[in-house]
Amino acid sequence: MPRKEAKMNKMQIVLSGILKNNPTFVLVLGMCPTLGTTTSAINGMGMGVATMAVLIMSNLVISLIKNFIPDKVRIPAFIVVIASFVTIIQMLMQAYVPSLYAALGVFIPLIVVNCIILGRAEAFASKNGPIDSILDGVGIGLGFTLALTAIGAVREVLGSGAIFGYSLGIADYMPLVFVLAPGAFFVLGYMMVLFNKLAKK
Amino acid sequence: MELSYFAIIIGAIFVNNVVLAQFLGICPFLGVSSKVDTSLGMGAAVTFVMALTSIVAWAIQTYILVPLHIEYMQTIVFILVIAALVQMVEIILKKISPSLYQALGIFLPLITTNCAVLGVAILMIQKEFNLLQSFAYSVSTAIGFAVALVIFAGIRERLELDGVPAALKGIPIALITAAILAMAFMGFSGLV
Repeated sequence: MPRKEAKMNKMQIVLSGILKNNPTFVLVLGMCPTLGTTTSAINGMGMGVATMAVLIMSNLVISLIKNFIPDKVRIPAFIVVIASFVTIIQMLMQAYVPSLYAALGVFIPLIVVNCIILGRAEAFASKNGPIDSILDGVGIGLGFTLALTAIGAVREVLGSGAIFGYSLGIADYMPLVFVLAPGAFFVLGYMMVLFNKLAKK
Repeated sequence: MELSYFAIIIGAIFVNNVVLAQFLGICPFLGVSSKVDTSLGMGAAVTFVMALTSIVAWAIQTYILVPLHIEYMQTIVFILVIAALVQMVEIILKKISPSLYQALGIFLPLITTNCAVLGVAILMIQKEFNLLQSFAYSVSTAIGFAVALVIFAGIRERLELDGVPAALKGIPIALITAAILAMAFMGFSGLV
């Protein structure tokens, strides 16, 4: 798998993260933030961008330091790198987008345990050069952001009759359940079916 | 926080169920829930680790991070503590009780990346619980996790035998099952 990925050109690295290796619909990783933060399109997008920022930075740093880390302590070392960037993102968001920070709540510090990030560190960044690792971060990050925004948009339209905060004037006819917990599972389940059907063609 | 222990416990197990209402620990919920036996083991392991984590994390927050004014280090410190704790539990269990290690062993490494453990540690600090409240909160959250996991495993065992449409097989049908289960758990809201 990694050998095959190494042969890919730059464009393919980015595209594979969005479609073939889409972290949400194909790899089924990072389910907690996917379900927990997609109550609206903006929240989903915010979570996706925050995760993408951490992913790109940690991929870059890990690919740069991979030769200096002994194999045995590599996972703890990766986690410390990831946790540092999460803390930086947390502080930046608290300072510049406090309302989004409040809406995403505990899921911002929990980016640390998002399997996507550790998974890419282990599967890609620890075996490839810095440029390719950044591109991989961009691709996977975009795949994650697009998925979360799409899920958030569907839930927002179905649940509160709005999109990106703009009311469509149909709020009274929409079942609120799509913004609540069961709606998250429903929408993700059926969107996964749709994605797999379309991707197979 | 003026919450009675009863409210904390019932709230954490049923009303704000960690998996079905707060979306923490979804990975093991979807991954280790195909059999009732394994999900019982996972539930027990998580309860054990969460109980320990809550005490250690609370002590570190109160006696180290707050006095030194380095609360922003919380995320890094907590994840390292959890990773170390899981390793320690694994080593100690192996020595003291091989039979328990046999039962819980395979689940322990998975717990480090269970976001419910880190999530609960962060949430209990956010809610400003004291030590005993934190402990009660963590243990009942873990019980809530185990309850959801075991019910879900029971349903999935049945689902194996049913004719699920090809496109829905695997994760999608599991998610839709979870949605119905989450709806059932919504019935508890307003209880506390």
